[in-house]
Amino acid sequence: MILVLLILIPFLVAIVSFLAKGAAKNIAMFGSLISLAISVYVASFCGTEQTAAIAFPWMPAIGAQFSLSADGMASMLCLLTGIIFPVVLLLTRNKEIESPASYYGLILLSQAGLMGVFLASDALLFYFFWELALIPVYFLCSRWGGERRIAVTFKFFVYTFVGSLMMLAALIYLSMQTNGVNAMSWQNIIAAGKSLPLGQQHIVFWLLFVAFAIKMPIFPFHTWQPDAYEQAPTPITIILSALMVKMGLYAVLRWLIPVLPEATLYWSDTIMTLSIIGIVYASLVAMVQTNVKRLVAYSSIAHMGLMCAAAFSGTELAHHGLLVQMFNHGINIAGMWVIVSMVEQRYGTQEFKKMGGLASTAPGIAIALVIISFANIALPLTNGFVGEFMLFSGIFQGASTYHIVFMSVAGIGIILGAVYTLSMVQKVAYGENNSGVLAVAKMSTAEMVAVIVLLAFIIALGVFPQPLLDLVLLP
Amino acid sequence: MKAIIAATVLGIIMMYAGFVVKEKKTILSIATLLFVVLLGVNIWELTSSKLGVTEPWFNFQLVVSPFSIWFNTLMTAATLLYVLLMGNDIIKVGKHVGEYFALFFFILVGVFLLSSFNNMLLMFIGIEILSIPQYILAGSDKRNLKSSEASLKYFLMGAFSTGILLMGITLIYGATGEFNISKFSFMQMEHVNPLVLTGVLFLIISYAFKVSAAPMHFWTPDVYDGSPTPFTAFMATVAKAAAFVGFIRLFHTSFASISGSWSMVLAIITAATLFVGNITAVFQQSVKRMLAYSSIAQAGFMLLAVVSVSALAWQGLIVYSVAYTIATLGMFAVLLKLKDFTFDGFNGLAKKEPLLAFVTTIFIFSLAGIPLTAGFMAKYMMLQAAMSQGNLMWLVIFALLMAAISAYYYFRVIIAMYFKTGDPELNSEVSGMDKFLLVLTAILIIIIGVAPQLLLPAGI
Repeated sequence: MILVLLILIPFLVAIVSFLAKGAAKNIAMFGSLISLAISVYVASFCGTEQTAAIAFPWMPAIGAQFSLSADGMASMLCLLTGIIFPVVLLLTRNKEIESPASYYGLILLSQAGLMGVFLASDALLFYFFWELALIPVYFLCSRWGGERRIAVTFKFFVYTFVGSLMMLAALIYLSMQTNGVNAMSWQNIIAAGKSLPLGQQHIVFWLLFVAFAIKMPIFPFHTWQPDAYEQAPTPITIILSALMVKMGLYAVLRWLIPVLPEATLYWSDTIMTLSIIGIVYASLVAMVQTNVKRLVAYSSIAHMGLMCAAAFSGTELAHHGLLVQMFNHGINIAGMWVIVSMVEQRYGTQEFKKMGGLASTAPGIAIALVIISFANIALPLTNGFVGEFMLFSGIFQGASTYHIVFMSVAGIGIILGAVYTLSMVQKVAYGENNSGVLAVAKMSTAEMVAVIVLLAFIIALGVFPQPLLDLVLLP
Repeated sequence: MKAIIAATVLGIIMMYAGFVVKEKKTILSIATLLFVVLLGVNIWELTSSKLGVTEPWFNFQLVVSPFSIWFNTLMTAATLLYVLLMGNDIIKVGKHVGEYFALFFFILVGVFLLSSFNNMLLMFIGIEILSIPQYILAGSDKRNLKSSEASLKYFLMGAFSTGILLMGITLIYGATGEFNISKFSFMQMEHVNPLVLTGVLFLIISYAFKVSAAPMHFWTPDVYDGSPTPFTAFMATVAKAAAFVGFIRLFHTSFASISGSWSMVLAIITAATLFVGNITAVFQQSVKRMLAYSSIAQAGFMLLAVVSVSALAWQGLIVYSVAYTIATLGMFAVLLKLKDFTFDGFNGLAKKEPLLAFVTTIFIFSLAGIPLTAGFMAKYMMLQAAMSQGNLMWLVIFALLMAAISAYYYFRVIIAMYFKTGDPELNSEVSGMDKFLLVLTAILIIIIGVAPQLLLPAGI
């Protein structure tokens, strides 16, 4: 039953926030902390009686159940969701937001959706939550985003909606291969997928993959992403890049690879090629960006490309590395956005040419930026290193004929990653202060808490990653 | 059967009430009361019918099945909801208020006939009873040229399609010697009689006209745009759903055995309808006209039920009719509150009337097929029905792409309401009763979206 609370608490708190006018900020914070506590509980008792799967009858006519279950991967992602949302709320702690009731209500609604996506073990329920996570973010970005927000968010929405519908078609098709009783349950979907002849597996595979690839995003389905990240308000960008892209990756691991193993094997080279093209392409584009948010957005595409390639490499090591990296990337990219948001607030710009000199004006922020950048390029002793090391060795051991090519090209991407990340650090933290803002405010307490929490994870998991590994490998 | 008699009698009572009572508000109250009575009769018939038993009437000319009674009940309930939502706007259209309500009763007689005919002649009568009141309603705003144009256009095109319908019936009668739809035998040696094929084609064409499927859809935008808005809402919902039930009843009962020879034609018509409806809706500037094209697009989805010959299709059609009807009625009810029917007329509605904007969002979600709304479950069941056919996967994927396009024009309303600034002019204050009914409609949509089995009781 504890699993229901993971979804129910954010949902109920969201409703309360909608009704509460000024108090929404505190209510939302309180709710997100309770969710964090529950997700910690679920993660620590994962695999025991306390977090046992549950199932209620829901729509017997079409074989859908309300069923939730949490294995190590799901608990880990719920934990990540639990950690990220308080950070997101901390960022706006000292700011006045226009119509706060709707803002905080929508944020928590998307948390409920995300938790549901990670916990659902029924295909239709999964689809419901998939959309529930998207709709609030659509409103958040369109209402509180940058100048071009309406058009950009609309593009994002239409992209993902197309993907969702393709996924829906695939799920209905799979559910119709079963005998109709609980046709939508995860086990039955897997059985249905395995029983399909290869020719039909191909169609279903691409319907599902395109849906998930749009969400991740994988080249060439990524074009919504840099615009959306740039125009979204930075707290929402964190939700998008740390959590919502994980939905795509999680869906690949949960609803694609086990369901259609033969088609996965057949297409894995193609998809790894696309992912690796994405890594190099995104890294090259990141190098010429003049806008800090766009740079981080492209770096995120590169990282997701590497993770997707690992997912399709078919080796156990890469799979384990992927699970670890999903958590670490969530933490790192959130850290990156927190810093970007602080810099943006202080300098009042996203353009590099109006930045610089942060190390002398606000050394605290600059130090945090450097550490998070190191984690982002996977330096040893940061959490990024552990995951990325496993990913690379996994891809290298892969069964594909081209595994060495994949590995070396992806390696180039990582070198490029170091180039653009470090040059960003240089442009933001060092050199002349071109902003015209001479006295930069120190970190507020709320910001300090957010940064310290994220830095703690970065260092702790870099030095001692074993607890995370233990968690994600739980059945 | 009780419902057919009741609707006729109540319609006549309503007509005389129009002579006797002059006060418009009183007529509205009488009409509401009579619709409640009709709903009661329907529910009485529903509860007294035995599970899974069909009742033949008039020597098998009408066969009243639990499905028909259930559909009739739902449509009567939808009409009642419509009268409650838009009653105050209906009585503003013209002078002869009593007659409008009487016409609604007669349309319902047509609906009931179409859900239970077993004879092609009764089907014909049903379609005519359904259509003729609509021609009158379309032109009821007599001083408005556009309304008269709509009525004339609808009547001429309707008469034309009626001719084709009769021709189809004649050809099939010529080939089989039979009007009873469950008794046809089409096979002549090993081939289907060409007379039957021509007849079926004619029937498809005339039904395509009635449900505004492409390429017989050209009347729809003009008629829907020109007719008084409250009547457009009724024509686009209950009347259309009834035509679909007639369509599916005829084709799945009598022509299922030769579905191989017509399903491809219908599949292409479906694809064309989805395409035309959705693509043209994108370019509209007026929400009313957008809703007219959206009704073509939604008809494309409902046609999926007719294409796929299976029990799932009947269930899907029930859910779809109700989901589409409720959401569209809600949209029109909101539209009637506004002075300006363009997208810009919605600008800033969320600031001025947050509740109105919120329920509109739910109606839009339902029309676009977002989960947790009735529209999603409706689309889901339609796709399931179409997929059970096996060879219609291309149509399913095409329909999904078109559904994605539909999100584009539906969401323009949301963008206007929430993200643009403006001061929308309202026709009148939104009263507490209006708000209550709109919220009720929105709640109905959510309930059906979470538990669609409520619309599919066992035995229908």
